[in-house]
Order: sequence, then structure tokens, then C-alpha cells
Amino acid sequence: MRLTLTTALVAAFALPAAAQDWQETLDAARGQTVYWNAWGGDGRTNAFIDWVGERTEDRYGVTIEHVKLSDTAEAVTRVVSEKAAGRDEGGSVDLIWINGPNFLAMKEQGLLHGPFVSDLPNSRHVDLSEGAPATVDFTEAVEGMESPWRLAKFVFIHDSARVEPPADMAAMVDWAEANPGRMTHPDPSNFMGATFLKQALIELAPDASALQEPVTDAAWETTSEPLWDWYDALRPNLWRGAEAFPENESVQHQLLNDGEVDISMAFDPAAAASLIAQGLLPETARVFVPEGGSLGNVSFVAIPYNANAKAGAMVVANELLDPEVQAHMQNIEVLGSYSVLDPGTLDAEARAAFDALPDAPALPALEDLGDTLLEPHASWMTRLTQAWTERYIR
Amino acid sequence: MTRARSAQQPLHPPRARTGAPRPAGGRALRAGVLAAVVLGLLLPIAAGLWETLRAAFGHFPAIGATGPSLSPFAALLATPGLGQAVALSLWTGFAATALSLLLALGLCAVAHARLSGSRGARLLAPFLAAPHAALAIGLAFTIAPSGWIARVLAPLLGWDRPPDVALVGDPWGLALIAGLAIKEMPFLVLMLLSALTQIPLREAMAAGRSLGYGRGLVWMKVIVPQVWPLIRLPVMVVLAYSLSVVDMALILGPSNPPTLAVMLTRMFSDPDIFALLPASAGALVQLTLVLGSFAALLAAERVAGAIGLWWIRAGGRGLTAEPILRGAAGAAAALLALGALAMASLVVWSVAFRWPWPAPLPESWSWRAWRTASGGWDSAVFNTLVLAGLTTAASLVLAIAWLEGEDRARRGRAGWAEALIYLPLLLPQIGFLYGLNVLFLRLGLRADLFAVAWAQALFVFPYVMITLSAPWRALDARLPRAAASLGAGPWRRLVAVKLPVLLAPMLTAAAVGVAVSVAQYLPTLFMGAGRVATLTTEAVTLASGSDRRIAAAYASLQAALPFAAYLAAFAIPALAFRHRRALLGGAA
Repeated sequence: MRLTLTTALVAAFALPAAAQDWQETLDAARGQTVYWNAWGGDGRTNAFIDWVGERTEDRYGVTIEHVKLSDTAEAVTRVVSEKAAGRDEGGSVDLIWINGPNFLAMKEQGLLHGPFVSDLPNSRHVDLSEGAPATVDFTEAVEGMESPWRLAKFVFIHDSARVEPPADMAAMVDWAEANPGRMTHPDPSNFMGATFLKQALIELAPDASALQEPVTDAAWETTSEPLWDWYDALRPNLWRGAEAFPENESVQHQLLNDGEVDISMAFDPAAAASLIAQGLLPETARVFVPEGGSLGNVSFVAIPYNANAKAGAMVVANELLDPEVQAHMQNIEVLGSYSVLDPGTLDAEARAAFDALPDAPALPALEDLGDTLLEPHASWMTRLTQAWTERYIR
Repeated sequence: MTRARSAQQPLHPPRARTGAPRPAGGRALRAGVLAAVVLGLLLPIAAGLWETLRAAFGHFPAIGATGPSLSPFAALLATPGLGQAVALSLWTGFAATALSLLLALGLCAVAHARLSGSRGARLLAPFLAAPHAALAIGLAFTIAPSGWIARVLAPLLGWDRPPDVALVGDPWGLALIAGLAIKEMPFLVLMLLSALTQIPLREAMAAGRSLGYGRGLVWMKVIVPQVWPLIRLPVMVVLAYSLSVVDMALILGPSNPPTLAVMLTRMFSDPDIFALLPASAGALVQLTLVLGSFAALLAAERVAGAIGLWWIRAGGRGLTAEPILRGAAGAAAALLALGALAMASLVVWSVAFRWPWPAPLPESWSWRAWRTASGGWDSAVFNTLVLAGLTTAASLVLAIAWLEGEDRARRGRAGWAEALIYLPLLLPQIGFLYGLNVLFLRLGLRADLFAVAWAQALFVFPYVMITLSAPWRALDARLPRAAASLGAGPWRRLVAVKLPVLLAPMLTAAAVGVAVSVAQYLPTLFMGAGRVATLTTEAVTLASGSDRRIAAAYASLQAALPFAAYLAAFAIPALAFRHRRALLGGAA
């Protein structure tokens, strides 16, 4: 698709020198153990990380040790305390699955190694032109300090045997009126509940560009007003009269399976197919996306400034961008996470690998997923959940 | 035979009994037991309360907060939904206690003639054994509008969609009240059955009936006033527990706002470390709530006593009260049936693959939940077993030492000693557990299995003690006396006579200990810093996930362990004493 001038230049002239540098990195990486600190709450992701580890060991002699976190902030805290203790080399964290506020915190405090992304040979498969999804993380410029590996996109799930979904967030009011009590959203204190409100905020905002700046009182007033009008109209027809909300999206999937609601939501386009395969949703479950597009973000990996195995970490980051690895990741039977690669940069063989992936009826086509809306600045989310609690919980 | 004798025996045996002079060994034993209880149980609770108190008034140097200040209380008061949470806690706590008590009384009134203490224990064992969390998970599915009962009714009533009514997590907390009642009523029934052996029940009933009072009225006017003092403490335990329960309220209670205890648990685990201060202030509020509720209960006791006296003096007779008792007994039976259904639903869910609305049984079956769980449940089972073994063994040894000390001193239990045993059960766990955790950290003790075992023992010991005390006192005094006259010293009498004779009640006490240990949620969560995973913590965590099948597998295991312990407690004496019927206790 889009091949920018820079990537073209890199491809044309810089390759030989870069290839030599990369060989040095590979040599340095051989025999290293990479302590990859990654959220460990999802069995399929854990299995995928194991698989990547076997592969890097076979090919480059790099071992991956998955440090399972319950919250990414744990790894950030570890690096912070190592810096405070003066341990500027030989740190205990080599690679972190990171994005959003945690990335911002580490970048601002100078805790990251880099920029390194353009040194990775496989980064040529990623669209790194300015403003592309892989270059911005919750409005913060990535600037080569973290490397993308999987795509997250907000989608709704419905049971196609039961209902026709609403076209967009605005249409949800009429839909709920026609189907009272048949939709809800996770509690906004939960990430997914907040995302639902953010999705509506972006769609309904008179000027969505204000969301890319830190929130101010004036911007808050004008931007959030339509959201509250919309929500006040929607609220009476929510499940349980909006007296109760599911704790998180998993609970809402269960409500969908129990037939208590007709709509659920997830931050993964393959969620419906994956949940069906696991027996957690009826086989007629499908995803849909609001007409104007939906929120999306990219999961990255970053290397702390004091990492012990920097070369090994770079090899892992590069391997994650390998078309074969990305195709394996996108396999619904493995992880079902969408690839971050730009299909236009792939050769015929790599594209064939993607085309050969098993299909599932509940798996949406990429073009059905619509545009990707940028995450608002992190301050909006805080303000939004606070305001919701003040308005509706007393 | 046991029952008949203990009927003449008051709860607190008279101080002086005839016999040999007080042996000197008894004093050392008693001092040792007292030291263990004070240092092991009382001191940690006091220290935990002190840490909580300091944090509540803004003094927590570890995070840079130095007090005293009232800002934690101000922050707590500013928490949205606090007032509602307090009101909800009070309502669910009192309603669950009152319901459990009334139904237990009704059940005993109708069925006590057919239920001896041990037979009752056997019938109620599944409910006593089932951990709160497991029962809650099963009940949530059974009574939900899209749950098991609704799925059976759906084709009959033509429901295409489940009704949009909150039956679980309802704003009134009715599901929570029902869940608590299913667990607490059997406990009170057992306490009642044991109390009934200590009053002249048959005589009172005969006298009442001959004066023209119906059975129900004799029960209400004569029996209840006599047993009340004997079950007051257990009722207070139920009240304290119901007011401050966390795991069950997380699963069955409303979420927005939740009960106070749940709200505080969330604040204690807030990533913002300064939330500890208002959370500690809230723990004091919870403590005040419980103590205030005790005062209210005692005040209600006086009022009820005065009204009751007037009612009794009015002298109304007849059979008017029969339907009320029958109704209560019926409701109690219905509640137990609901509990049984809930436990059954766990087993079915754990072997289901796909089970969408409105299918009354799974569309497809699979062992997957058990296999998937094997990555995690083996270590959770291991932790749970180790904790249950450690805490039960320690509590049993301490309880035997205590009771033997009482025997050797030839005196009954002083009121303060009884209160000491009950103390951990009367205080809300959240009031001192976090403080205790802070203390452990300050002393450099790590959050590990041992710390969790200690915290669990605070709650296991009282239950073991309560269970063992009555049968221990009911032991035929002639047996040790005969042994003494044959020259056996105190230790030999204990080991060769008392313990073998008391094998059945000791095993029952151990089973109770295992059940209490397995069910502990908050002590495991706080003292283990989330790192010691047991079946309970896993089941509660999984209950909020999307995979009911795996949660059900964990909950089934969680219920199976104490159940196996109860089975063993019944089976071992039956096997060991198959030729000695009298040693089987009341079962004979």
C-alpha cells in the first residue's frame, strides 16, 4: 500500500550497511536469555510466546524467558527501582510488552533503549510513515523506542441469530429503545467499559481533534456535552435499567452466551471466532464495527535502557515482525490477533501464508473492520471515568 | 446414651468436683496453652487492629504518610456510594442472620425429635462443608434470570429471552441474603441441636402440652427462651460474618455500590497506594458497624424479652403457631434444596463445553475444563491441602491442650476465656488483616504459605474449639476416673482413654477445621499478597471471568476437599469401632 520515501530510501541504499550491523547484533545475541516481561493473563498469548521462544532458540540461539506479569506497571516499577539503585547495566528486564501510559512513563523518564525500530530488518514490512498506527501510542509519538507486534481494535459482538446490530454509536439509542434491556457495557472503572465511552466520545465529539491534546476544562465542556446527552437517552434502556454493569468484558461475553444481552464488546477483531472456538459463545456470534470506524491501538515491545540482553531483545522484536510469525499469530487457532504488517510490502510467499490461514465464519474480513480511530490523550480517559462515576453513582 | 447424660449437664460444669487433688502438671499445661493463644491469636489481632488504627488516622510512614490526621476519613466519606454501601451491609447482614435464625428454629422445632446431634451433622455436612465461594458460584447460575431454574421454566412459560430482572447482584442484595442463609442456617441448626441437649426439653414439652399449649407454642414460649442464651454467641458469629463477608458478596451481591466490605477490599488492592489510608478508615467503620450491631442485638434481646414475658403471661394456648413453624421448616428445606441444586450445577458446568441459553443441559460436553485447569489447579490444590493440614493440626492440638487443661484444673470455662475463643469470629476480618500484613512486612516476614497458615489458624482454631468442646465435656467422667483408680497418670489417661474414646468428635472437629481453612478468602488474599493461590482465591477470581466451566471446576474441587474430610470423619470411626458400637457416639 503506502511505501513512503523513507522506507524506499532505506530499502534502496541503506540495506547493505544495515545488513552488516544486523549480523553484528545476531552475533552478540547468540546464547543470550531474554527476560520478556509480558502480561500473563491469557493462556493463548502465553503459548504463543513459548512458540516464539522455541523459534528464536532454533534460529538464533536466543532463549526467551517469559516473566508473567499481572500488570505491566510491575515491570516499569522494577526498572524505575533499578535506576534509583544505580543499576544502569545488567538490568533484570530485557523486553516489555507495553503501550499507552506505561510507555509514556518510561519514555519520559528516559528508561528506554533506542531508537531501535528502524534497525530491525523486518521493520521494512511495517508502515512507519508519520501518523501511521504503529508510530503513535495513545497520542505519544513512538520515535522508534518501541516495536509493534500485534494489533488491537475495538469491536462489538452480537448474536446474528437474534438481532441486527445498530449502525453506529448514535444509532444505539434507537436500537436500545426497540430492544430494551438487551445491551449494556462493562463498568467504566474497567478498561473495556471506559473504551466503550471513549468510542462514543470520539464519534459524538463536535471536534474530535481536541481529543489528541491533553484535556482542558473548556475542551471537556464542549467535547463531552453530546456524549452525556447520548448516554442519558441510552441509559434507561440498558440492561437492568443501568442499575448494574458487568465487571469486565468477559462477564459480558457470558451474558451474551446466557442470552441476557444481545451485544458484547472486545478489543480483538478475532474475539467472536476465538470465543466460539472455545465454546464460550453460540456459533452464530459475529463482530461488527460502528460505521465511522473504531478505536484501535497497537501492542508494542520496548527494551529498557539497562537491559542485560539488548541484542537478544532486538532479535526477538525483529522475529515478532517476521511475516511467518505474524501469519502464525493471526491464525485463529493460535492467537487470532491481527498482523501489524503492511500487506503491500510482503512478497508473494508471505502473502500466501496469510491467505492460507484457516478461516472461521465469525472472523471479519480486514475491510469490514473500517477505519481505525486514534486513542485520545490518556488524560481524557481519566476524566471520562471520573465524570461518569460522579454523574451516575451516588 | 451420650445425649441422655449430657442433658443433665449444664454448659459450664460447676467449679468444684469431687476427686483427687489438683495435679501440678495441669498448671504448666494451662499456662502453655494460654501463652500460645495470647501470643499466637490475640497479639496478632491486637497488633493488626493497632496498625489499621494508625493508618486510618493517616499515619503510615512506609508510604510517607505521617499523622495523625482526619484526611483518610474525609477521603472515605468522599467515596461515591459509601452511604449506600453501609446501608446495604447492615440490611444484608441483619436480614441474613434473622432469616437463618428463624428458619433454623423452625426446622429444629419440627424435626428435632428425628435429628440427633450427630445425625443432623451428617445430613447437614454437605452444606457445612461447601465453601461460601463455591456455593455462591453455583447459586449465581442456578437462580439467575438466565440460570438453571429459568432454563427449565423457559419452554413452559414461552420465554424466548430471559426476563430482565436482577436476581443475582440485585440492588436489595436478596441473592446475597439467600446465599448467606443457605450457609449459616445449617450452622445454627447444628448449634441449636447441641444446645437442645442441654435443656430439659422433653419435660418442658410434656408440661406445656399437658397445660393445653400446642407444640409450636411450647417451642416459642418455653424452649426458645431457654436455648437463646446458649446460641447467642453463634448468632453473633453469624451476624458478624454476614455483615463483613467478602467472597460471597463479590459474587452474589450488588456491584455498584457493593457492600462496605467489598468496597474496602477493592480499596485495599487499589494500585494507588494512598488508597490504603481511607481503606483503613473504612475498616474502622466496618468494625464499628459490627460492634454497633452487637449492641443492637442485645438491645433487641431485652425488648423481645419484655414483649415475650407479656405474651407468655397472657397465657394464650392452642395450635395457632403450628402453621408458622411448618412454614419456616418448609422454607428451610426449600433453601437447602436450592443449595443442593447450586452444588450440582457446578459439577455439570465443569464438564460442559458449549451451554448457551435456553438449553437446560449443555449442548456439548468436554473434560476440557479439568484438563485446562491442570496447569494451575495442581498447585492450588497443593497449597490448599498444606494450609488445611497445617492449620487443622495446630488448632486441634491447641484445642485438646486447652480442654485437657480445663479437665485437670477441674473447672469450667470462664466467660472471658469463651469470649477469647470467639474473638476472631466476632471481629470483621478486614478490620485487622491488612494491619497484620503490614506488621508482618515490617518484621521482615515474607508473604508466604506460613504467614497465610497463621492468619487462617486465627479462624480455624475457634471453630475446632467450638466443635470439640461439647463432646469433650460430655465424655463419661467414670472412664478416666476408672483409669486413675487403676494407677494411670494424667497423660496416660489422656492418650489411652480420652483420645481414643473421643476419636469421632475429634475427626469431626478436624473436618470442620479443614472446611474453614479451605473456605478462607480474605486471610489468604491479604497475607499471601496474592501470591499464595488456593482453590478459594482462584475460584473467586475465576468467578468474575468469562469461563464458568473452569470456575466450576475449581469450585467443585474446593467443595470436594472439605466434603472428603467430612466423609473421612464419619467413615474412620465407623471402621475403627465397628465392633464397639457405644464409641460411635450419638450415631448408635
